[in-house]
Amino acid sequence: MLEVSGLTVDYLTGTNPVRAVDDVSLSVGRGEFVGIVGESGCGKSTLLFAIARLLSPPAVVTAGSVTFRGENLVTMTDRRLNAIRWQNLSVVMQSAMNALNPVMPVGAQFADALRAHGTISRKAVAARSAEVLRLVGIDAVHLGSYPHQLSGGMRQRAMIAMALLFTPDLVIMDEPTSALDVVAQRSLMTQIKELQRELGFAVVFVTHDMSLVSHYSDRLVVMYAGQVAEAGATRRIFDRPLHPYSRGLLEAFPSIRGDKVPLQGIPGSPPDLSVIHNGCRFSPRCPVKLPACETTPPALLDREGTSVRCLLYDPGIAAVAQAEAGQATQPRRRRL
Amino acid sequence: MTELLRAEHLTRHFKIGGTLARGTLHAVDDVSFLIGEREIVALAGESGSGKSTVARLLARVYPPTSGTVTYFDGTGAGKPLSALRSRRDALRYSAQVPMVFQDPFSSLNPVFRVSHGVLRALKLHRPELSAAERRAEAARVFDVVGLGAGMLGRFPHELSGGQRQRVGFAQALATRPRLILADEPVSMLDTSIRIGLLNLMAKLRAEEGVSILYITHDIASARYVADRLIVMYAGRIAETGPVEDVLAAPRHPYTQLLLSAVPDPKAPPPGLEALAAAAGERGEPPKVIDPRPGCRFQPRCPVAIDQCATVTPELLPLGTGEAACHVAQSGAEVKAFS
Amino acid sequence: MRKTLWRALARSPKATAGAILLAVFIVLALFPGLFARDNPTTIAYPRNLGPSAAHLFGTTGLGQDVFSQAIYGTRPVLEIALGAGLASTLIAALIGVAAAYLGGFWDGALNVFTDVVLVIPLFPLLIVIAAYVHNSGTGVLIAVLTFTGWAYTARQLRSQALSLRSRDFLAAARVRGERAAYIIAVEILPTMISLLVAAFLINALYDVLFASSLQFLGLGDPNSVAWGTMLYWAQNNEALQTGYYLQAIVPGAAIALLGAALALLNYAFDEIGNPALRPVRAPRARRRLASIRIRRPVSA
Repeated sequence: MLEVSGLTVDYLTGTNPVRAVDDVSLSVGRGEFVGIVGESGCGKSTLLFAIARLLSPPAVVTAGSVTFRGENLVTMTDRRLNAIRWQNLSVVMQSAMNALNPVMPVGAQFADALRAHGTISRKAVAARSAEVLRLVGIDAVHLGSYPHQLSGGMRQRAMIAMALLFTPDLVIMDEPTSALDVVAQRSLMTQIKELQRELGFAVVFVTHDMSLVSHYSDRLVVMYAGQVAEAGATRRIFDRPLHPYSRGLLEAFPSIRGDKVPLQGIPGSPPDLSVIHNGCRFSPRCPVKLPACETTPPALLDREGTSVRCLLYDPGIAAVAQAEAGQATQPRRRRL
Repeated sequence: MTELLRAEHLTRHFKIGGTLARGTLHAVDDVSFLIGEREIVALAGESGSGKSTVARLLARVYPPTSGTVTYFDGTGAGKPLSALRSRRDALRYSAQVPMVFQDPFSSLNPVFRVSHGVLRALKLHRPELSAAERRAEAARVFDVVGLGAGMLGRFPHELSGGQRQRVGFAQALATRPRLILADEPVSMLDTSIRIGLLNLMAKLRAEEGVSILYITHDIASARYVADRLIVMYAGRIAETGPVEDVLAAPRHPYTQLLLSAVPDPKAPPPGLEALAAAAGERGEPPKVIDPRPGCRFQPRCPVAIDQCATVTPELLPLGTGEAACHVAQSGAEVKAFS
Repeated sequence: MRKTLWRALARSPKATAGAILLAVFIVLALFPGLFARDNPTTIAYPRNLGPSAAHLFGTTGLGQDVFSQAIYGTRPVLEIALGAGLASTLIAALIGVAAAYLGGFWDGALNVFTDVVLVIPLFPLLIVIAAYVHNSGTGVLIAVLTFTGWAYTARQLRSQALSLRSRDFLAAARVRGERAAYIIAVEILPTMISLLVAAFLINALYDVLFASSLQFLGLGDPNSVAWGTMLYWAQNNEALQTGYYLQAIVPGAAIALLGAALALLNYAFDEIGNPALRPVRAPRARRRLASIRIRRPVSA
C-alpha cells in the first residue's frame, strides 16, 4: 500500500548539502505495523516527514518516490495532497502533546479537522468526535476540555484519536510515546494495536527505543546514518540480528529478568553526515569490522528474507577476508 | 553501612490554584529513607510520583514543608539541612551533594565552553586551587567521565547528548562529592547511549567512592546500576529494598504493575488476552491535591480491601525491605499484576 | 560562536545593507571635515540658493550650506541615538532580567515601577523637561530619552528572560552555589545577546526620531547643527511653502536613512535571536539561506 523506493533527502544548507536520508526503500502492506528504529540523527524522522510531504526547506527530496495507493506522493499536487491527507494518511507527531492548540478546547480542534474535509453538520461533527474519543478510551465529556486540563497520556491519545477521524489507511507516528511513563506507554501501544485490529489501518512507527516495538511491530527497519542497516520480520531481527549495529542496539538493553550482565552499548557516536565517508558508515564503531569495511560501501543484500547492509554477508568480501585470515578455502570471486 | 544522608518524614506541599479554587498539592508526603556511603540508590516512579521533588528537597532548591533531612559529612554527628544557614555551610553542602540534571540540551549554557561549569564549581568550592591547578583538575574529571581533556574547549552545541550528560557528571565530580543526586540523567538519551552513562555511574561508585541517588522511571536501568531500590507512588513510598529482592518478589501491587509494564525484547510477545488486559490499565498517576486518608493506589488496585480506602498504609519492614501495603503487611501474598 | 555570528550577518542581505549604511553614517560623523568643505555655521552665502556645483543641496534661509549642515549634523544625532539607546537598553536589561529571575516580591515591585514609568506620557514629559532646561544640548537629550525609553524594553526583555528561566543550566548554577547577581549578569544576559542588540537598535532608532522631533519643535539647541534643528530652521523659513524643498527634504531623508539602517540591522539580529523569523526560500530559487549551522544531533 505504501511503497518507498530509493528515497533520498538532502538538507541544502550552505556549501555542503547534508544527505539525511540515503536511498531508503521500504514497503508497508495493508494493516501492517512497521517500526523504524535508530539513534538520534539517523534520519528516521526526516524519512517520516518526507513520506508525509511535511519537509520544509532546506530539506528537499532529491531522488526516489513514495507511492501511496498507486500515486506518487513526492510529485503530487498540493490539491490532491490535501484530499488525501487525513482521509487516507494521517500523522501523529513527536511531542504530540504540545501539538494541540492550547487556547482551543479539544472538541473544537476535532471539529476543525472534520470541517476541513467536508463534514459540515454540527451533529455529525459531535458524533464522530465522541466516537473517536471513545475508541481511544477517553470520555466524550472531555471534548469541552482544554489541552492543559488533560494529562500527558490523555493528550497523546487525543492526538491519536484525531488521526483516526477519517479511518485512514495509514497512520504515521513519530515517537508518540517518548514523553510518557512506562505504564502509560504500554497502555498506549496496546491501544494502538487494538485499534489496528479493529479498524485495519497500517502503522509506520518511528522510535529510538527498540524494546518498545519488539512486541508490537510486524516488521522492523533499522536505520543508521541515513541508510537502512537491516530490515525484516521483527521476530527474526530480535532472535538473530545480522547487522553488528542491530546486535549492538539489542544488547544495550538492561533486562529486568534473568542474569545481571555488564553491557557495553555501542561506543562512539553517529557520524557527521556532512562529511562523506568512504566505506561502511558504521565501521568506526563496529566491533567486527574487516579491513575492506573502511573502503568499500556495502550494498543492501538479501539474506533469507531479511535485508542487511554489511560486508560480512557479502560472499565476495567474506571470501577475501577468510583468505586474508589464512583460511584460503574459497577461490576469489568477482563481486557482482 | 555508614550513613550518608537520612530523610525522615519528608513532606513538601505546594499551594496551587487562584483565588477561586485553592488547593494544596501534596507532592511528597512522609517520605523516609537512608542513603549510605558508596552505594547507588534508585528512586523509581512515574511522573507525578514526587521523585524529582525529593531530589530538589535534597539539593535544597526549596525547604520541606515538614520533616528533616540529616546529612553526615563524616565529621561526627549529622546536621539537619535546616541548620546550614551560613553561605559557607551552604556552599560546602552543595559541593558534597551536587546535582546532575535531566535535559542534556538545556543543562549547559550555550554561550560558554563546556569547561565553564567545571571551572566555576572549582572556583567557588575549592578556592585554594590556583588557576593552573583548576585547569588540571578540570582535565582530570573530564578524563574520569570518559570525555578526555581535549573536549574542554568545545561548545555545547558541538557535543552529542550523551557527551553533554558526561559534562554534567564532570561538573558534579569537580567538587569532590560524597553523594551525587542524578535526576533522570539518561531519560532523554537514546537507549543505545544510556548504557555508557550507567556504566559511568557504576564506575564513579567503584573508583571515586561516590554514592549516587539515581532518579528514574525506568526500572530496568535501576536494576542494572543500583544496589537498593525505592519505589514511589503519588508522593509516598510504596516499597523499598535491595534491588534484586524487590524485582524478584515485589510486595506492593504498584511495583508489580511497573514490572509487568516493562517491555522486555527478549521475552516472547504477549498474547491477545494479555494485550486486552493491559489495554484496560490506563496508567494515569494521580495528582494528589487535598487527598483523603487511605492508600493512594487503591483506585487502581485489583486486590484492595476495605481498609485500603480509609487507612493510609505505613511503610513497615517486610522481608529484606519495606512496603506500604495493608494486604502485603497482613502476610497474604500479593499477586496483582503478572 | 562569534564566528558563526559574523557569518550569519554576512549572509543576510538585510544585515549587510543596514551595516553598510550605518557604517557610512559613522564615518561621516567621525570625519565630517573630509566630506564637507564648508563650515556649516558660516553665514556667508546668498540665501535660499538651489542646488549647484558649489552648494550640492543649496543654502538655507540664513545663508548656510545645506550639504555641510547635513554632514556635520550627523555626529550629534548618532551620539544621541547610540548613547541613549545603549543606556536605556542596559537599564532595561538589568531591571527586566532581574525581575524575571528573582520572581516573587522583587518581580512584583520592579514590575510596578516599570509600569509607572511606562505610563508616563512620553512626549509631553519630554517637552516639559526640555522646556525647563533651555537650549538642551545632547547630554540633556540623552538623559531624557534614556529615562523615558527603558521601560518598554524592560517589559520585553523580562518576558524573554522568563522563557529562559526554566533552562536547566540556570538551576545548575543555583545548585552550584552561585549568587543571584552572578547568575543574572554572567549566565542569563550573555545568552540574550542577540535580543539585547536587537533591542538596542530599536531603541536607537526611536531615539533618532524623538531627538529630531524635539529639536524640530525648537526644544533642542537651535544654534547647534543637527538634522532636527535643520528642520526647525526650515520650518521657520517656510521652506516647503516657498519652494525651497531641499532645506526640509535633506534632513528628513537623512533621518529616514539612518532609521532604515538601524531597522535593517534590527531585523537581522531579531532573526539570529529567533530562528523562527528567518526567511525561508525554496531551494528551487537556488539561493543560499542565512542560517547558522547548528550541529546538534537531534533527530534528522
